[in-house]
Amino acid sequence: MDSIKNSKTKSPNTSLSCYHCGELCPQSDISIGDKYFCCNGCKLVYELLKENDLCAYYSLSQAPGTPPAEAGIHSRFSYLDEESLCRQLLTYSDHTISKISFKIPAIHCSSCIWLLENLYRVDAGITESKVNFLRRELRLTFLNDKTSLRKIVETLASIGYEPEINLASVKKEVQKSADKELYLQIGVAGFAFGNIMLLSFPQYLAGDQTIDRTFLSFFGYLSIFLALPVLFYSSMGYFRSALNSLKQKAINMDVPVSLGILTLFIRSVFHILAGEGTGYMDSFTALVFLLLIGKLFQKKTYDSLSFDRDYRSYFPLSVARREQDSESIVPLEKLRVGDRMILRYKELIPADSVLIKGTTLIDYSFVTGESTAVEKKSGDLLYAGGMNAGGRVEMDVVKEVSQSYLTQLWNDDAFSKSSGPGKINELSNRISRYFTFAVLLIATLAAFYWLPGNISLALNAFTAVLIVACPCALALSTPFTLGNTLRIFGKNKFYLKNASVIEAMAMISTIIFDKTGTLTRSTGQEMRFIPATPDSGKLSADEIVFVRSLVRESTHPLSQRLYAALPIVNTLPVSNFTEIPGQGLSGFVSDNELRIGSARFIDRPLEIDASRTASQVMLEINGIYRGHFNLSNQYRAGIWWMIEELGKRFNIQMLSGDNETERPLLTPVFEGDQSLLFNQSPYDKLAHIKKLQKKSENVLMVGDGLNDAGALRQSNVGISLSENINNFTPASDGIIDADHFAWLPRYLKFSRISIRIITISFIISFIYNIVGLFFAVQGTLSPLIAAILMPASSLTVVFFTIGTTTLIGKKLGLRT
Amino acid sequence: MSAMFFLILASLLVALGFLIAFLWAVRSGQFEDKYTPKIRMLFDDHGKAADKDVNLSKSKEN
Repeated sequence: MDSIKNSKTKSPNTSLSCYHCGELCPQSDISIGDKYFCCNGCKLVYELLKENDLCAYYSLSQAPGTPPAEAGIHSRFSYLDEESLCRQLLTYSDHTISKISFKIPAIHCSSCIWLLENLYRVDAGITESKVNFLRRELRLTFLNDKTSLRKIVETLASIGYEPEINLASVKKEVQKSADKELYLQIGVAGFAFGNIMLLSFPQYLAGDQTIDRTFLSFFGYLSIFLALPVLFYSSMGYFRSALNSLKQKAINMDVPVSLGILTLFIRSVFHILAGEGTGYMDSFTALVFLLLIGKLFQKKTYDSLSFDRDYRSYFPLSVARREQDSESIVPLEKLRVGDRMILRYKELIPADSVLIKGTTLIDYSFVTGESTAVEKKSGDLLYAGGMNAGGRVEMDVVKEVSQSYLTQLWNDDAFSKSSGPGKINELSNRISRYFTFAVLLIATLAAFYWLPGNISLALNAFTAVLIVACPCALALSTPFTLGNTLRIFGKNKFYLKNASVIEAMAMISTIIFDKTGTLTRSTGQEMRFIPATPDSGKLSADEIVFVRSLVRESTHPLSQRLYAALPIVNTLPVSNFTEIPGQGLSGFVSDNELRIGSARFIDRPLEIDASRTASQVMLEINGIYRGHFNLSNQYRAGIWWMIEELGKRFNIQMLSGDNETERPLLTPVFEGDQSLLFNQSPYDKLAHIKKLQKKSENVLMVGDGLNDAGALRQSNVGISLSENINNFTPASDGIIDADHFAWLPRYLKFSRISIRIITISFIISFIYNIVGLFFAVQGTLSPLIAAILMPASSLTVVFFTIGTTTLIGKKLGLRT
Repeated sequence: MSAMFFLILASLLVALGFLIAFLWAVRSGQFEDKYTPKIRMLFDDHGKAADKDVNLSKSKEN
C-alpha cells in the first residue's frame, strides 16, 4: 500500500532526484554536499553506508536504493528475540554460529548484490553473506555472540532491504534436491550416451567388412556396463511414475515410454550376449538423455516462480499482548482466547476479537474487496483479516487464530482446489492410453503373423514394435511446447504456475473479473478539484500546501489518496488537529483554519456530478467553502477494448465486493442480466463460480486481493493481478502484471495455438512411428535404423515445437 | 590390436573423470544459481581502498 510513495517515477526533466532511490525530491533541504535525498530515510541509509565505506553501492548502478521502512524498525522486530521462533527460522544453529536464509523482495540490481554481500562491514557479527539473485534470497552466516537475528533484520530493514518473515516462511520446506538429482541423472545418461555411441560406430561403419568377434563382444559388454547406471538411475523417474499410474489403474505417457526403453535394454542385452554387437544400447541411452533434457527444460521455465501461498503468508508472526501494565510481543500460536492485543496503524487483525478501547476504522478490503474502511466502536466484533486504519486500539481475542473466520474460510474444502495431477486430464495422458493399447495390439499381431514359421523372427518383430513405437517424441512435444509457451509468457510478464494451466486456458468459456484493484487501479487515481464557483479559481500554491499538510496527518483512505494525488510540495506543521473518524478533519496550518471532509462534515449538499463514479471530498478554508475534490476510481488503460475483444469469444462477467454506484458505467460493457454482480462476499464469489461450473462452463477468474483467493482457486484458471510482481499475490494459477493486463486476449489466443501445435507434433511423431513400424513388423529393424529414426523423430518434434511457438508468439506481438 | 583395448579403456577413464567432475559440481551447488556469480565477478576487490578507486574512476568519467 506504500507503493504510492515507493513507485519510481522517472521523468527526464526533473531537477532533483534522490541520490539513493531516484525518486523525485519534493524539497531541496535534505542534502549532503551535492547529493539530494527525497526523505530522511534515504539520507540515513546514505550516511550509514558512507560511514562503513560502502559507497561503491552507488557507483555500480544509478540510484539503486529503496527507501527504508519509515518507522518502528526497532519495535517491530522484537519478536525475533523469542527463541522458539528463531529456531524455526534458522536453517542451522550451534553454539557459535547460525545460518539463515531470507527472502528479500527488494533485491533488484547488481548494487543490491554488492551491498548485501558486504554486510559484514555494517555488522561485524556476519561472517558470510551470499545472494541468489533469481530467487531474491540472501543466505547469512553469523556469530551468535557478536550479533543476533533481530539485529541483522533491523540492519537490513534500516537500509531498505527488509526481509519477508511470516508464518509461511517458517513452515517452508526446501526442495532443491529434486533439481540436483535431475542434473545428475542427465549427466550420467549423457556420459553413457556419448561413450556407447562411440562404441557402436565401428559396427555401423563397417559395411560389408566383418569386425573381429572379440572386438564386438568387448564393445557389447562395455555398453551393458555403461548402460546399467542409465537404467537404474537415470530412467528411474519414468519407471516410478509408470508404476504409480498403473497402480491407480490409469495409463499415463510414462507407461509406453517405460515399456519402450525397458524392451530396448533387454533386447540389447540378448543381442550382446549372442555376440551380435552393441545392440540398441545407443538408442536406449540417447532416448533417456533426450527425455531428461525435455524434463529439465520444462522444470527450468518455472523454476523461479513459487506462488503457492495461503493465509499464513498474510498474517504477521506476532502481535503485541497487554499484560497488566506492560505489553509483550507474543508469537501468534501463543495467542489465546481472552488475551488482550494491541494493534497499531496498518496492522492486520490476526484473530476474531472484540474492540475494547478506542474507536477506529477497519479496512476490510483484504477480505471483502470493499474499498471504504468501516468505522468500529468499542464492543464491536472485529473479524480477522481486517487492517487497522486508525490509531492504536486494544481488543480481546474471542477465537484462536486457527479458528477465525478467515482461516476457516481457507481451510474450507471448497477453498482447497484439488491441485496436482488429475485436475485436468492432460492431453498426452488421454492419448497415451489408446496409444499403448494400439502398440501392444500391433506388436502381438506382428508376432502371430511370423509365429508359425519363425519363432525368433516373431519375437524380433514383437520387441521391435515396442521399441520403435516408444513415444519419446510424443513425450517430448508437450514439455517443449508448453515449456516454451511458459517462457514466452514469462517474458511478457505473465507468469503461470505450471504447464497444465495453458491447457486449461485453451478451454476457457467464461471470464470473470473482479472490480476493485483489478479493473480499477489501486494507485494513481485521478484527482480533480472543482471550485465552489467558477470565478473562485483553482487552488493556489499555498492552498495546496495547506491541504497536503492537513491530510498527511490522517490515515483515512481518502485522505491518503488525496495526499498521494496532490502535487509534491513541502508540508507545514499542523496545530489543533482533530479528526472525526469517517467524516473529516480540521486543523490550523500557518494560522489558516482548514476543514476537509464529507458533505455532512462541511454541512453542504452533495455536489451533483455527471459521473457518479467518484468520491467527493469537500474543502473549507477559514470558514468559506472553497470547492471539492473528485477522486475517481480510475479504470486501467485499455480494459474497455480488452473486454469488448474478449466478449466476442467468451462469456464475460464481473463480481465485485463493492457497492452498486458504478453499475451505470459498467452496464453497457457487460451484457446479460447475470453478468454484473455487486456486494459479493468471498463466499458469494466462490458459489457463483461453482454454479457456472455446474453448467459445465470453464471459468477463468481474474482478481487481485485476498478476497478473491477462494474464487481464484475454485475457477478452472485463477489469475491474480499484481502491480508489483515481487510483492503480493493470493494463491492462484497465474500472475499477470498490471501493465500487461490488456494483453489477456493475446495470452488466451497464444495458449489455444500452443495446444494446436502439440496436436500437430503428435501427428509428426505418428508419421515417424508408422515408418518405424514398417520395418519393425517385418522384423528388419536394425540397430542402425533405430539409431537414426528414433533420435531423428525426437529432434524433429523439439525443433518444430520450439520454432513454431516462438514464431507465432512473435506474430502475436509477444516478446520471445 | 591389444593396444586398442587399452586405448578405449584409457579414453573411458578420462571421460569418467569428467563425469565425476560434473557430479561433484552439481553436488557442491554450482548449478543452483547461474545468475549471481557472473555479476559478482565484476565487482572490484572488496578492500576499502578499492571503493575509493571505484569512486575516483567514476568521477573521472563524469
